[in-house]
This record gives sequence, C-alpha cells and structure tokens, in this order.
Amino acid sequence: MSTKIPNQKGWLLVLPVVVLVAFNAIIPLMTVINYSVQETFGENVFFFEGVKWFEAVLHSSRFHLALQRQLLFTGIILAIEVPLGVAIALAMPRRGPWVSICLVLVAMPLLIPWNVVGAMWNLLALPDIGLLGRSLNAIGINYNYTRQPFAAWATLIAMDVWHWTSLVVLLAYAGLSAIPDAYYQAAKIDGATSGAVFRYIQLPKMKRVLTIAVLLRFMDSFMIYTEPIVLTGGGPGNATTLLSIDLVKVALGQFDLGPAAAMSLIYFLIVLLLSWIFYTVMTKDEVQ
Amino acid sequence: MKRFAWLVPAVYIVFVLLPIYWLLNMSFKNTNEILGSFTLFPRNFTLENYRKIFTDPTWYGGYLNSLGYVAMNTVLSVSVALPAAYAFSRYRFLGDKHLFFWLLSNRMAPPAVFALPFFQLYSAIGLFDTRIAVALAHCLFNIPLAVWILEGFMSGVPKELDETAFVDGYPFWRFFVRIFIPTIAAGVGVTAFFCFMFSWVELLLAKTLTAVDAKPIAATMTRTASTSGYELGLLAAAGALTIIPGAFVIYFVRNYIAKGFALGRV
Repeated sequence: MSTKIPNQKGWLLVLPVVVLVAFNAIIPLMTVINYSVQETFGENVFFFEGVKWFEAVLHSSRFHLALQRQLLFTGIILAIEVPLGVAIALAMPRRGPWVSICLVLVAMPLLIPWNVVGAMWNLLALPDIGLLGRSLNAIGINYNYTRQPFAAWATLIAMDVWHWTSLVVLLAYAGLSAIPDAYYQAAKIDGATSGAVFRYIQLPKMKRVLTIAVLLRFMDSFMIYTEPIVLTGGGPGNATTLLSIDLVKVALGQFDLGPAAAMSLIYFLIVLLLSWIFYTVMTKDEVQ
Repeated sequence: MKRFAWLVPAVYIVFVLLPIYWLLNMSFKNTNEILGSFTLFPRNFTLENYRKIFTDPTWYGGYLNSLGYVAMNTVLSVSVALPAAYAFSRYRFLGDKHLFFWLLSNRMAPPAVFALPFFQLYSAIGLFDTRIAVALAHCLFNIPLAVWILEGFMSGVPKELDETAFVDGYPFWRFFVRIFIPTIAAGVGVTAFFCFMFSWVELLLAKTLTAVDAKPIAATMTRTASTSGYELGLLAAAGALTIIPGAFVIYFVRNYIAKGFALGRV
C-alpha cells in the first residue's frame, strides 16, 4: 500500500470506468429515490409523501417475512456450500492429467444461464417425469415441490448447492495450490497428522480466499432471483418468496412504484452494509 | 483414507453432471415420450428439437442476440477496466479507496432493484430493445468485477518493470500496450472469461431491456415455455445449447481458472 506513487493522473485513467458505471448506477438510483418519496394516481401526477413508504415497508409483515426467508436461505446454503466446497477442494488432485478435467467439469454449473439452471432443476424434479422427483416417489417418499413448502425449500437448496458449491471449490483449490511443497515436507518430517496439517497449514493459507468465497456467496445469495422464479415462482403460496422475488412482484406485478422503490432502497442499504463489512475485512487482510 | 480421496470429487462431479444428463436426455426425446413414459435413455432418438431451433429465426436469433451483447460487453468492460486497474494498482490519488469501494458496491447491487429504472432510462435515450442497451447495462456489474480482478493480477507484477521502462524512455501508452498488457495476458484472458460468464448467465436485466429485436435466448426460452404450452423437449434442447459457449470458453482458460476465481489474489 505504501509503495504506491501519489499521482493525480490516476483520475484520468479511471475516468471512462467512472462515467460508464455512474451512468448505470446513479441515474437509476436517483429514479428509485425519487419514486420512494412520492405518491402517484397515474397520468404522471406525483405528490411528495416524505418517508411514508419507508415506514410502511419497515412495518409490513410481508417485508419481514421475505427478509426472514432470505436470511434462512442464505444461512442454510452457506452452512452447506462452504464446508462441502473445502472438503472437495482438499480431495482434488494437485497435479497430473486429471487436474484440468476436474476443474472444467466442476466449473460447468457456473457457466449455465441462471434461468436454464432453474429450468434444468424443474425438469429434474418434476414428480411425474423428472429423474429426481420420480425416483423419490418410487422409493416411497411423497415428494411434490409445487405443493409442499418443505419439498420446495429442499429442491431450492439442492439447486443452489449444485449451482454454487463449485465457486467455493475453485476458490479453496486456488488457495491450496499456492502452498509450497516445502510446507508439506516440513510437516511430514515433524510427523504432523493430517488434521494438524489442515489446521496449521492449509486453513491459514485458505483464509483469504475463503473470506472471498463466504462473502461472495453471502451477497450473491441475497440477490438470487432468476433460479427460484423459474423453479418455484416463489411458491407454493409465498413459501419461497425471497427478497428479490417479492420486490419484483410489488414493482412490476402490482406497479406500486412508491413502496417498491422504498423497499429497493432498504434492500440496497442492507447489501451495501454487507459489502462495506466485506471491503473492510478484505483490506484489513491486505495490510497484514 | 488417502487412497479413497478421489471418491469425493468423483461423487461431486457425478452430482454436477446428473441434471445436465437429464437435460440432454430430454432434448433428444419427442413430447409424447417425455410425457407418456419414463426412460433413462431416449427410446425414439430424435434431433427434431434441435432442427427446430436451428431453422426458426426467433430461436437462433436469440442466440445471436445473446452472443452479440455478451461480446460487446466483454470488449467494452475489459478495455476500460485495464487503465483503471493500472491506476488503482500503481497510483495513489484523491479518493482512490472511496472510488474503489463505490465501484465494488455496484457489483453488489441486486439487479431487481434496478430493473424498472433501467427500463425507463434506456427507453428515454432511445436504446430500448437494442443489443447495445444490454451490453451497456451489464457494465454495471462487469466493470467493477473486471477492475477488481485485473487489479489483483497487476499488483502481482513488480513495479521495477514500470520503472525500468520509463527510465528507458518509453512513453506511458506505448509501455502500457506493448509491455504491460502482454505481461498480464493471462489476467486479461481470465477477466474476459469472467465478463463473458456473468453477462451470459444474467437474465433479469437482459429481459427487462429487450422486447423483440434484441431478445436474448434465455428470454425466448421463458416466454416460449409459458406461451406455447408444454414443449419440454424444445426447452431442454435450447437449454442444452446454452451450455456450449460456456464450455467452449472455459476450455481456453482451464489453466488459469483457479487463480481467476481467487480474483488474482493468491
């Protein structure tokens, strides 16, 4: 950090980026703020309403329920994906012809458009003609994700684990590949158990990439929209209506611009707070 | 225990391939077989679904639209992110840390928040339903990501390289294009891959900003699924085809992918 040269020319180099991102970020954000404090009866007539919509959203049980579902979903997928991803990365081959094959196959789910992921799991889980749904029913488990909230949740979580564990695997694998062989040799000479090697060599070396993994998964799961909307449409009932789905229902479905805008801002502030924590953790690591 | 370690990734890869296998399986069946029976392999193997996609302009047009805006976005994002990442990795300037955080915060903005205002903005400037609109809109999250990854790779290059070149009398842009970019070629490749990937998989904004002319393949799929009844075979074939560009691109960066996913910071 301290070796950087003070040079205001840096601004010239970042200018194109700032212009492009600001165009996409600031104008829409101002639109949202504008709507969030106004009431409309159509025909482009607007009245100033102050913080009415914010109070309404913060006190609505609908928003609280969507937020609770969101937190539950994010908590569950983090608890599964991170340990599973680390375990797979530890068992992956470090050298040889299998490395490329494993990496390419593992990375596959990350490159499939999100609605195709939803459609794919839809086809897999259909109770009558899907491989998973049919098999579960055949072994005596009554499974129908379009009717049972629990089955819908289980399918949603299985889909997310399928879709994103690979990200954790690749990050953890990158961290592991950066450990020099000398570390392992030294541990072998000292007679360290594989548990000790994990605890004192591999885990500390993976700390940074795992921070990235946890926080990327945290934030991306907070934004998840396309996969659940294709798989369950937020149902049955509102059982899998996560924050983004609820927001789009209010904004585009009911066209309640004021409440939707207020909800957007609250939602965005939550994510912003998380990204601030993320950034602080990251830069703290860089100083060390 | 070590001898059976390979089982863990093997089982996981089977799990990864299972839904893909089922998708391919369905794409080679006709509607009657899908709805009428349960078969692990297509009994009446048919390429009819694929034939329809490659002959119907609304279908293959969707692919061309998607590839078009993804390519535009990738080129645009990487080319503006290169100088910016250099500035962040080498210079200290007024507000640099705040600016970097502001850029990152856009990577973290939920697209659902921006869907409606984006529609209004791009309608107002007359770009609605063009590939350029989607390419520009995807800059919102791809440029911060590109800057972030490139900055990681650039910080790994010793500063002596820059100093030596400037002492030798290289003008800045000549040094940057001729020496510096080739040095981090792998990083540029990985960044382009990530921009391609996130633009290719995103649907919400792409769907909001297009109607007919620039409709992405993913939107064609969702709309077809709801309008023309229950053509699951066609849907599966279209889905299977969307996997190909990703698999193709991933092959080129396979040796750098792990480092790239760590955002160049290993």
